[in-house]
Amino acid sequence: MNFDFSDDQKMLKDQARKFLDDTCTLDHVRKILEGDAGHDEAVWKGLCDLGFAGAAIPEEFGGLGLGPLELCVLAEELGRCVAPVPFSSSIYLAAEALKQFGSQSQKETWLPQLATGACVGTVASSEGTQPPSPATVKTSFADGKLNGTKIPVADAMISGIAIVLANTGGAGERALSLVLVDLNGDGVSRREVETIDPTRGHGEIVFENAPAELLGQEGQGWDDYRRVEAGAAVLVAFEQVGGAEAAMNMAKDYALERYAFGRQIGSYQAIKHKIADMYVKLELARSNAYYGAMAFAEDAGDLELAAAAARIAATEAYRFAAQESIQVHGGIGFTWEANTQFHYRRSKLLALSLGSASRWKDRLVSELEKSNVA
Amino acid sequence: MDFNDTPEEAKFRAEVRAWLEANAKPKDPNKARAGRSNKAEADRLASARVWQAKKAEAGYAAITWPTEFGGLGGSSIQSVIYSQEESNFEVPGGFFDIGLGMCIPTMMAWATKEQNERFVKPALYGKEIWCQLFSEPSAGSDVAGLRTKAERDGDDWVINGQKVWTSGAHFCDYGIIVTRSDPSAPKHKGLTFFFLDMKSPGIEVRPIKQISGESNFNEVFFTDVRVPDSQRLGDVGEGWKVALTTLMNERLAIGQGSGVDYTELLKLARQTELESGPAIKDANVREHLADWYVETQGLKYTKFRTLTALSKGQTPGPESSIGKIVSGPKMQDLASFAMDLQGQGGILQGDEDAEMNAAFQNQWMWGAGYRIAGGTDEILRNIVSEQVLGLPQDIRVDKQVPFNELPSGRK
Repeated sequence: MNFDFSDDQKMLKDQARKFLDDTCTLDHVRKILEGDAGHDEAVWKGLCDLGFAGAAIPEEFGGLGLGPLELCVLAEELGRCVAPVPFSSSIYLAAEALKQFGSQSQKETWLPQLATGACVGTVASSEGTQPPSPATVKTSFADGKLNGTKIPVADAMISGIAIVLANTGGAGERALSLVLVDLNGDGVSRREVETIDPTRGHGEIVFENAPAELLGQEGQGWDDYRRVEAGAAVLVAFEQVGGAEAAMNMAKDYALERYAFGRQIGSYQAIKHKIADMYVKLELARSNAYYGAMAFAEDAGDLELAAAAARIAATEAYRFAAQESIQVHGGIGFTWEANTQFHYRRSKLLALSLGSASRWKDRLVSELEKSNVA
Repeated sequence: MDFNDTPEEAKFRAEVRAWLEANAKPKDPNKARAGRSNKAEADRLASARVWQAKKAEAGYAAITWPTEFGGLGGSSIQSVIYSQEESNFEVPGGFFDIGLGMCIPTMMAWATKEQNERFVKPALYGKEIWCQLFSEPSAGSDVAGLRTKAERDGDDWVINGQKVWTSGAHFCDYGIIVTRSDPSAPKHKGLTFFFLDMKSPGIEVRPIKQISGESNFNEVFFTDVRVPDSQRLGDVGEGWKVALTTLMNERLAIGQGSGVDYTELLKLARQTELESGPAIKDANVREHLADWYVETQGLKYTKFRTLTALSKGQTPGPESSIGKIVSGPKMQDLASFAMDLQGQGGILQGDEDAEMNAAFQNQWMWGAGYRIAGGTDEILRNIVSEQVLGLPQDIRVDKQVPFNELPSGRK
């Protein structure tokens, strides 16, 4: 039994933590919250220079040639410090989609740029408040031209390429394809949008006859998108685990230093049991995330089920820790000055970024039905 | 990351499996996992003794114990490997867990060499069975608040009082007991610990009828029971220290819940037709199924993390403490939800009429007790918050006060 990360992977994690502890404190994150930028360029550049962005990109395309497990340990550290960087858009989603479904020339063109951070990539699927699906995606791709509107798109304002879920006219689930578009080309306009978490910039992108090309096979877009989503769900689960632990520790530290009615509030069971529940949810999430990591790394066929379990557990752990951390803090936790808001905002952003927990629960049970466990 | 054995673990697993194949019958995978055994207790006990002796002879009854006590001198991971393999076979058990998991380890830590030579082996071979006499009507979660009295009389102690929730007291040969020897000392300071012969004059065992109507535990009454001072474990007034040795082993011995889980609920949902259509297509049913799947898997992989630490020869982290906090309420809630799905028919509990031999209804009954036994949900949360997270203890109003001056409510 060796259900743990290797020493090398733990070293990578420590290295990431050291870098982020120095450069990405909550004071840095606050500057993004209160400023105009949608990300922290210095932190992002540092992560790219250290090779972290390219960690799982093959060496032939300018990366370090490591795998999903290395991305998992990095993700946990990014989540812990609520990093305001486009890592998930560019690496978990765009780079992974290119790796899995890109043509040789698409990979040669874009992966080296994503590895160094010369270009940021993103995946654009949502078109408003209807969750994306073969029935709701209206953005269309025909004759090499893309038309439609995507909102919200993570890192829209700083991305050089987008992988767009678009309708190519097939029937049912075959209606959709993945389309690669150069956002600096013709027919692309974008604007920044206001969201619940300004530390991760989002925008709206409008395509009007924008030149684009298929990524992967026509009509396979929905399957391919869900496959990329499943891998990203594991990585985001590690971000959520990191975030949940940080939010729990914030609540715990406050419960130790705050006195009320003549004693530490952490000595009241109403408070300490709440924090114990954060710990229980966190450990359930961590264990499910570990299995998700293993399923992702081994590609053994149960990634969808493992990813759904990891995402559901981690979403719940982070939701609870972030929300109840404010409650433990009391009034001060509801102020702009308090740091509780970073986790409250980020936990909800991550909970929705790949679709809601209900959607993943439905996906999970669909897998159980297929696997014939009963 | 992998779930594979190391070469040494694989070798041990192969040895164990070969031995089990030669000595036991494999489990029938088609047999339902829940349901009540209708075999009489005496028959089950007799066959359990035979199996236990066989296991002890082969060295597998106490893998981690030192060889001088009849153990194998093996590692924790070997013990886990044995349990994993044994769980694939139809073997009788359940009678020796408390004795070998809690009582005898306490003896090994505190009794004399001669006493251990006398008692350890017969327990290991299933010849003598032990019980643990800690809980009392007024000492449950607050077990140090116990009132059973021990008074010195010459070379003996005389014990008077009552214990409760004692598993197996009616067939046990020996027991370990914590008593109050000095009511004028503060709560934890006035306790003294003994082992005693359960057949001693003055001991009366009465079964407790549980909420389910079954009886798996007892009340034990002590009237002028004489115990020689030579059967005292630890110093006079130091009984709490000895009790902690036992309690440390309790959470290892109690283990995790079994019974009906998401697979049975999935099966039920597939065969149940609601007004709105098949239950398995109902969004609420799907959400619940997914949540319980995630909890079950979370516990399974948490255990794998613990095993990984054991396999590497490390001490497992505190994550293993979440097991019963999660599995207790899940057991109860899942059963209750499955009963709801059956509508009016959910109240049926007869084996013939009820769905899946009343597995959900039985678990719903048991679940209520499982959340209390071996540490309530609330005590376990105290343990996690104090011992894992370092949060302060509750203010204790009973710490420095003589025990006989403490207020007592319901006794």
